[in-house]
Amino acid sequence: MNMSEKIAHIEEHRDDEASKFGMWLFIFTELLLFGGLFLVYSIFRAQYPLSFHEGSLELSVTIGAINTVVLLFSSMTVAMALTAMQKNNQKLAMIMIGITLFCAAVFMFNKYLEWGAKFHHGLYPGSELMQLLDRGHHLFFSLYFFMTGLHALHIIIGMTLLFVCLFKVKNASINDKDYVLLENGALYWHLVDLIWIFLFPLMYLIT
Amino acid sequence: MANNTTHTIEYKGLAKILLVLLTLTFVTIGVTSFHLGSLTVTVALLIAGLKAFLVLSNFMHLKYESVLLRILVALVFVLFAVIVVITFIDYAFR
Repeated sequence: MNMSEKIAHIEEHRDDEASKFGMWLFIFTELLLFGGLFLVYSIFRAQYPLSFHEGSLELSVTIGAINTVVLLFSSMTVAMALTAMQKNNQKLAMIMIGITLFCAAVFMFNKYLEWGAKFHHGLYPGSELMQLLDRGHHLFFSLYFFMTGLHALHIIIGMTLLFVCLFKVKNASINDKDYVLLENGALYWHLVDLIWIFLFPLMYLIT
Repeated sequence: MANNTTHTIEYKGLAKILLVLLTLTFVTIGVTSFHLGSLTVTVALLIAGLKAFLVLSNFMHLKYESVLLRILVALVFVLFAVIVVITFIDYAFR
């Protein structure tokens, strides 16, 4: 390392620990946001157990299970991307982020099929069919659309973040010395996975 | 600089965690297809909790983070549990 590089390093103001801490604080707010929705879900489920059970029978366990596997797998690949970056394996890091993005696209496509079928049957927020449902069913489907919809929005945000990471790994502004952005992007992606871990059994597997 | 404090988790270790997570997912689907009544929800939530713990500690590197951060994460879940209990008590006695 020559003198000018040394000076450049000394002048660089970076605090990765603080960046990560900030990301975690943001994740806390996200957990409580979804926590609030899970609370609403629990209360109404306790009040209308039969409607919630019947409502969940309308959902495809197969698609839900496939999406669970896809998300868990993508969570592993994004963690592997970070490992690869720490080991200064730029190419593998890019491949792993690419696989994660592909999984995210598969998840969204399945969601499209799932929601598309519901819309086709006239079941969507504010539809005539929704108005005709009794209170329990109405609540179940409203919560289903809102919670999985908000989750899908998080998938899209996570994809955007990972796209940015992919380009930054490519032009080496994320490298083996400075990878906190990829770390935070990965944390966000794991959060999306974490929420789905609870959404899947509660929405699809109610008995 | 010494900015990179993150522990590196090997690929193999990450793959093992995924295998456990997938196994637990299929156990959940299997358990809920039997009709165990109210037990089903409890089992499903316990397994989900275990999966969440695995993701948080391994994929999200919490295992290797500072004690402060680990306590804070735990507190968020405790806070949520307290809110749930209080709300249910409110509904039960009104």
